[in-house]
Amino acid sequence: MTGLIGGSALVAVGILFIILGYIIYRGAPALNLAFFTERPAPLGQTGGGVLPAILGTLTMVGIGALIAIPVGVGAGIYLAEYGRGRFAEVVRFVADLLVGLPSIAIGAFVWAILVVRVVGGYNAFAGGVALAIIMVPIITRTVEEILKLVPNSLREASLALGTPRWKTILLVVLPVARGGILTGVILSLARAGGETAPLLLTALGNQFFFFRWSDPINTLQQPMAALPLQIYDYARSPYADSHTKAWGASLVLIIVIGILSIGVRLAVRRSNLQR
Amino acid sequence: MSKRPDIPTTVPVTHDAPKLETARLREGPGAGAASRGVEYDREVQGDLRREPPVPTQRGGDPIATRPGDTGLTRTHEIEKSAYSVVAKQVSAWYGGDKPAIKDVSMTFEANRVTALIGPSGCGKSTFLRCLNRMHEETSGRARVEGEILLADQNIYGKGVDPVRVRRFIGMIFQKPNPFPMMSIYDNVVAGLKLNGMRRRADLDEIVERSLRGAALWNEVKDKLKASGASLSGGQQQRLCIARTIAVEPEVILMDEPCSALDPISTYKIEELIGELRTKYTVVIVTHNMQQASRVADYTAFMLAGDEGYGELVEYGETQQIFTNPRDKRTEDYITGRFG
Ligand SMILES: Nc1ncnc2c1ncn2[C@@H]1O[C@H](COP(=O)(O)OP(=O)(O)OP(=O)(O)O)[C@@H](O)[C@H]1O
Ligand SMILES: [Mg+2]
Repeated sequence: MTGLIGGSALVAVGILFIILGYIIYRGAPALNLAFFTERPAPLGQTGGGVLPAILGTLTMVGIGALIAIPVGVGAGIYLAEYGRGRFAEVVRFVADLLVGLPSIAIGAFVWAILVVRVVGGYNAFAGGVALAIIMVPIITRTVEEILKLVPNSLREASLALGTPRWKTILLVVLPVARGGILTGVILSLARAGGETAPLLLTALGNQFFFFRWSDPINTLQQPMAALPLQIYDYARSPYADSHTKAWGASLVLIIVIGILSIGVRLAVRRSNLQR
Repeated sequence: MSKRPDIPTTVPVTHDAPKLETARLREGPGAGAASRGVEYDREVQGDLRREPPVPTQRGGDPIATRPGDTGLTRTHEIEKSAYSVVAKQVSAWYGGDKPAIKDVSMTFEANRVTALIGPSGCGKSTFLRCLNRMHEETSGRARVEGEILLADQNIYGKGVDPVRVRRFIGMIFQKPNPFPMMSIYDNVVAGLKLNGMRRRADLDEIVERSLRGAALWNEVKDKLKASGASLSGGQQQRLCIARTIAVEPEVILMDEPCSALDPISTYKIEELIGELRTKYTVVIVTHNMQQASRVADYTAFMLAGDEGYGELVEYGETQQIFTNPRDKRTEDYITGRFG
């Protein structure tokens, strides 16, 4: 029995390492300094890099996080700490539906509203919003589950000291659940960072574009590159060199998400030490 | 129904009756009673709305001289007149039609320890949690009827903030529940810090005073920065007591505070309860009848009747309840014939 369970664990870990190893094996030849610092060369030409895609992914995941973390954490707290009535059940049900909603459908929805009606063209902001919609339910449900694991005795201890409920949640419950909440946030970041379908319909991708730091509003109204879109483009092209670049970009995406996760953890740990 | 014990009135009052500080349970700007070092709003009322509890003299304490009293030293002078608590026709529901307790009326005398005993499920915890409005935190459908008077004010009255009530009526739980992310020091001042008091010098003093008050100071004074979770169960429970007395409540409720502890820790807490009554009114739920007889001045026996809801059966001086119960059901219970 133990052998069986151990075997399953081995398979799970094994698959992860096989995928990772294979991507490194195929992608590593594409990596060089230019790959990180240059814009893509036209398809078929050698050289060039994926800098716009890296920046685009960071920007749109950032916009998504900016929207989704407050909304998702807030909704999770609501469901776990206050959610008792009919309304809470509806919120919970909708969050579950959203988790299961195909991301292409979310992309189509955002396209219909933000791309077609509001901005009038493919744009980065719509991409960020689509990612936010994907992130919110993930964060909401993890936060709710984590908060439910916080023993009630802690809430009671705080309440019995004459602490209002909101302060109890903010200063007693959330600190205890911090690690779990963080996991939820990182999970959602990773998921959003890898999404392709909704970005195809919203940010579209952009081979030539470079960031105009001086005019962020305008930048967000333009189509924007993103790593998954870049991978998709490279993978579809007939050139072997592009295929290597697709593997390379996949590796970069994994690295970016990894750095994001570690960065978030470190940032939170640091702010905790300073308290 | 309830047999309210007579307050000993034979003790000579040797000093002028103190002005009664009446707890103000409603929100509003406060006078800030610096006298006791805690910045909670209390309003000193000029007129006495109620006789203050009878101050007890060393050696003159009628409880200490009660015949057959095997309890701990009961000769502590009363340092602070706490408030009494009067429950009138208190019923509580967890939802649904069937109450968990029904029409419980009794008076918890100031500066006395009152024990609630009774078989499992008779509603002791429920009643206890009604006393500081914790019952309504159990679920959205929990409710309470009746009145509970703290210093003549109904804590279930209109406009009363339950959060404020709990600053006057603290609670110790069955399982020690120190805040795991906080140091011992921070645990003690948690109630103050959570409510906005942060002056370091004051906090240091309060930490020492509270830990001494909880008989824990000597054991932890060199490791105040250590995690509260690093203490033994008994120490954790005393830490919780320190945390509660740091906010200077009037009444301390304890729900089986020793049931998770070893005999020595239990002894320490029982001893501590004897000291707490010099400053606070103490209500303790216990399954241990020896414990009730050791620590409590008064004992109330509760029982869930045939209808399934808990009621107060008998209430009197501990001595009388255990040696000469008036109700047949009390006698059956204390002699172990049921429950
Ligand atoms: N959270 C709850 N929801 C619904 N009913 C409850 C809840 N807690 C207690 N009850 C019911 O209320 C009644 C009284 O319970 P309570 O916990 O007050 O008993 P108790 O006297 O403290 O028992 P014990 O000695 O075992 O602690 C019981 O019938 C119990 O089933
Ligand atoms: Mg109980």
